[in-house]
Amino acid sequence: MSALAVVTAHSTIVLPHIRYLAILPEIVMLGGAVLLLGIASLVRRPLRVTVSTVGTIVIAGTSLGLALWQWADISSHGPYTAIDHAVVVDGFSVLITITVACAMILSALVGDGYLRREGVDGCEFHVLAMVSATGAMFMGEANDLIIVFLGLEIMSIALYVLAAMNHRRAASGEAALKYFVLGGFSSAVFIYGVALTYGATGTTNLTQIADFLSHNVIASNGVLLAGLSLLLVGFLFKVAAVPFHMWTPDVYQGAPSPVTGFMAAVAKAGGFAALLRVFVSSFGTLQSDWRPILYAVAVITLLFGAGVALVQRDVKRVLAYSSINHAGFVLLGVEAATAQGVSASLYYLFTYTFMTIGAFAVVTLLGRRGDGHHDIASYRGLAGRQPLLALAFAVLLLAQAGAPFTTGFLAKFQVVDASVNAGSVPLAVIAMVSAAIAAFFYLRIGLIMYTPVAGKGFLPGIEPLDDDEANAGPSGESETDGTGDAAPAELSAGNGQRPVWSGTEGAVVVRTQLNAELLLDTAPGEVQVLDPSEDIVEADAVDDETAAESAAEDTAKVPVPALAALAIGLCVAVTVVFGVIPAPLIDFAHKATLLFIP
Amino acid sequence: MLHVAFLIPLFPLVGFVVLLTFGRRLGNPLAGWIGTIAVAGAFVATIITFAGLLGRPSNAREFTQSYFSWIPVGGLQVKWAVLVDPLSIFMCLFVTGVSMLIHLYSIGYMHEDRDYSKFFIYLNAFVFSMVLLVLANNLLVTFVGWEGVGVCSYWLVAFWFERDSAASAGKKAFMYNRIGDVGFLLAMFLIFSKVGSLNYLTIFSHTHLLGSATATAAVLLLFLAATGKSAQIPLFNWLPDAMEGPTPVSALIHAATMVTAGVYLLCRMNPILGLSSDGRWVIAIIGCATAFVAATIASSQHDIKKVLAFSTVSQIGYMVLAVGCGAYIAALFLMVCHAFYKGLLFLAAGSVIHGLEDEQELARMGALRKWLPWTFATFLVGWLAIAGIPPLAGFWSKGDVLANVYAKSFPLYVAGVITAFLTAYYMSRLFYLTFTGKARWQEAAGDQPAHHTPHESPWVMRIPLLVLAFCAFFGGVLDLPWTNRGLNNFLGPVFAGTLYHDNLSMTSQWVLLAIDGVIAVAGLAVAWVLWRVTASRPALTPAFLERVWYWDDFYDALIGRPGQAVARFSATVIDAKVIDGAVNGVASLVKSSSTGARRLQTGYVRNYALGIVLGLAAILVFMVSRTWWS
Repeated sequence: MSALAVVTAHSTIVLPHIRYLAILPEIVMLGGAVLLLGIASLVRRPLRVTVSTVGTIVIAGTSLGLALWQWADISSHGPYTAIDHAVVVDGFSVLITITVACAMILSALVGDGYLRREGVDGCEFHVLAMVSATGAMFMGEANDLIIVFLGLEIMSIALYVLAAMNHRRAASGEAALKYFVLGGFSSAVFIYGVALTYGATGTTNLTQIADFLSHNVIASNGVLLAGLSLLLVGFLFKVAAVPFHMWTPDVYQGAPSPVTGFMAAVAKAGGFAALLRVFVSSFGTLQSDWRPILYAVAVITLLFGAGVALVQRDVKRVLAYSSINHAGFVLLGVEAATAQGVSASLYYLFTYTFMTIGAFAVVTLLGRRGDGHHDIASYRGLAGRQPLLALAFAVLLLAQAGAPFTTGFLAKFQVVDASVNAGSVPLAVIAMVSAAIAAFFYLRIGLIMYTPVAGKGFLPGIEPLDDDEANAGPSGESETDGTGDAAPAELSAGNGQRPVWSGTEGAVVVRTQLNAELLLDTAPGEVQVLDPSEDIVEADAVDDETAAESAAEDTAKVPVPALAALAIGLCVAVTVVFGVIPAPLIDFAHKATLLFIP
Repeated sequence: MLHVAFLIPLFPLVGFVVLLTFGRRLGNPLAGWIGTIAVAGAFVATIITFAGLLGRPSNAREFTQSYFSWIPVGGLQVKWAVLVDPLSIFMCLFVTGVSMLIHLYSIGYMHEDRDYSKFFIYLNAFVFSMVLLVLANNLLVTFVGWEGVGVCSYWLVAFWFERDSAASAGKKAFMYNRIGDVGFLLAMFLIFSKVGSLNYLTIFSHTHLLGSATATAAVLLLFLAATGKSAQIPLFNWLPDAMEGPTPVSALIHAATMVTAGVYLLCRMNPILGLSSDGRWVIAIIGCATAFVAATIASSQHDIKKVLAFSTVSQIGYMVLAVGCGAYIAALFLMVCHAFYKGLLFLAAGSVIHGLEDEQELARMGALRKWLPWTFATFLVGWLAIAGIPPLAGFWSKGDVLANVYAKSFPLYVAGVITAFLTAYYMSRLFYLTFTGKARWQEAAGDQPAHHTPHESPWVMRIPLLVLAFCAFFGGVLDLPWTNRGLNNFLGPVFAGTLYHDNLSMTSQWVLLAIDGVIAVAGLAVAWVLWRVTASRPALTPAFLERVWYWDDFYDALIGRPGQAVARFSATVIDAKVIDGAVNGVASLVKSSSTGARRLQTGYVRNYALGIVLGLAAILVFMVSRTWWS
């Protein structure tokens, strides 16, 4: 008699009552994705981008509407758990669902233009994004470590594929591969943590873990603490906290820009949602054990994210490090481990979604065909060419820097306030210092956008170098840095102006080479790298012609599709309107915390 | 009918937004008409609200309309809300009414300006801020309006900013106002710290929480704010410079409305003022001194607008004097009459300037009666009104103030009467030099060529003149002493406990009025003798008065030069060496450490994974150490 037969003979499997209403937004999102995929595979030709975009917006919109309905429902009837207490519908989870649904809608709008520009047909982008969003929603709703893990994997696996979406760019595939390997590694760590926690407490249900811990004092809780540590690492990897962040810059840079924006918003929302729920509520009694860890992680995350972003030249990398810095800020709220901290973190996540997707939407547009123009130099003079786009980007960057009258300021203010009230004053001070450092690179991008390209009709790099110019100023400096052959013709001497940023004179490199060569050069068995050139100065001179071409392209206007403009407009509007009239959103986050189970 | 109150600020706001968005496209003169209509809408809304207020019994004319919560932080709850009561509606009535007329006038006056639409953007923004200031139900929103009018005043004074003098006049106005604003802020903090609210009604029902010393401090701080905005000693000398702005701006902002905001603030805060008799004495004395000093200066200026500017300072001095005496209603009565006749005088002066193609020197005017008949007639009314000739508005309103001052303090009354004489004198001087005597604009003076024949202004500019002349003539009926005093009855409830009652017998009131009339006529007569024919009498315009009692020179020596020295020292030593050194040091530190940290980012997955493992190891080590130690 086989083992299965023994089990089935002696016990009946009791299926829990499934309350579909509790997971309706997820069902719609996932079901919609499957439906869209089904339609796409039944029709003969690849699905038109318009169809998938409209479909996605309808699906995500429905999901958003259902989430709002859930909000109304729990506002009047109170939060509840469902499906054998494995999922929980409370203010917290609904807020995360709303965040993710908003991110999905915005990303669909941005992705539409991107797909058309790159000539990609089919619905894969939208379908995968919706699947990933479903995962993030589950992470917010999970009341069981297994569900957390399921959500995590549903979200992550779709993201791996999304990162590889642009098969024409080697960098895209490389990014995906890196993300996948490291993500798999961290998932393994996480599930091991789940196992250890189960071993220590006898359950994976978050409520029961909390009950267990409050009723039992474990004499030697080594297993539990080890499990807790492993869980923590799994989460910190997802939210890109230092030192588990290393995938972030490469993946953010390599992935297609709309995907990066989506990833930044959704993976952070999902990761932090689960982190908050698991640690603040279930492991609340062990605060004294995990708060110091988060304290340390937050400190290095804040400083590292802000500091390293200073010396980046690629705008996507800058934003990647900035997202690390933002993760540090959200960690402030988690570290506080109070209701105020949770509320502040939720507010941060919600507003950050709009700031980051908006910013990456602009980056997507400016990446031009091929999604490759992300060097900070190509932003020069944007305000003169496309003032509205530059203004929108400037507003979103200022918001990320925490300028008043934007949600960014309120978000930072709230987490810092929560941190101070929880007694972590030094951490709050460090956070503010890091915000000051971070302001520099946000403002630098703004400054470059508003610095005109010298001389009309005079394209940088076309005119031969003047001897005096070539010997003076920044190119001289770059020589001292050992680059030798004055590569930065395009940037420094060519247009007769000193670069306005200070951090990168040494690393002015015109990066036109594809990283494919680097990939090929690598020894077998080793997954090498997107791009060490970012970090070690590349000396190769660039042909004058190439530089001239790219410069000519850089000064042309980029087309702005209506849907992308709508997405950017929405992001800016949310960021500014709720920055000026803060009460509604703050109340929303606060109420979400009040309706928190357990 | 009270529910339309929200339309009062909304109309100019919408006008502002529309002009801001489409102003340039609407162009000349459509932009001007839209601006005017927006303000006219506000005026109509005010009238409707006023009617609604009158429909209520006199003790129930108070009504708060909340829009949304602005700053809900712990104990500090600030709402965007308006307080409709007799005081705010009275202010709104003349603010929107006079603004409407001046908008109309500007359509003609600014006709040839290339920034035509921009002018109306600022003007509408100003009206919005002013109405907000007046209607707000708490100090903070009032402060928003207060700063709003301040910044609009800055923009409009420096409207022709290509001229250096205009640009620096704008800056001067702004700086002087900042000093006053500090007083406003501190007063707000002080009151909040004692009462725990910024809402007027809450403050007024909790005045017992303020001790007498605190109340005096609050009153003096509020008065500092008022001296800045209303151009009183010691912060009065920005106002004459502000005449660099276009003349409708001088009429609207620097005569009729904004400069009375300080007086309004003091009236609004009357329950606080009522707590501090010392504070009120300071207010009364400063007001009286300002009225007198400014009147002496006005009698020796050579620029038509400068005379009017100092005259405005002097007249506001009267209002402040009245407030200091507790005669709030007299102050407000003078304020509205002043808005009529000073607005009129400025607009008529603008018409003269317009007619003479931007000539402002009195020495190059004269005999304009023939060429500018409408302007002449309306200016005549304004002149007689401000001089205090019965039965025009100025006679009754100034008489009301002086009667109250007489009952309060005889020395102040004497100073007030002398000022009244000076007022009649300098206004007559202005009038004779402009409209009678020889036609000096025909002579070429120095390097300036002779003017062409002056031309009368178009009808859009004449209508406001006529309306204001009518108001300046009959404005006195608002509050005639022997009637049942309409204004007193209407505004009475606002000042219930704090109003000063002069208790003068009817006889002494009539005697005082007779003295006022005689003094006014005497002023006219003296000026008639001195200035009817002769255009220049250096003995009567000494340098001391021409140079504004050397007030600017005094500030320059006391604050300007030392301030510049400090600034220079800061720039060359503190900023360049100390601060830049520190900043650059930190920057290079961050940069070098970032460059170091960047090297961690090798691009190799194995290194990344190692990072995760090391991080995990560190966490586990920490956990193990905790279990061991615990």
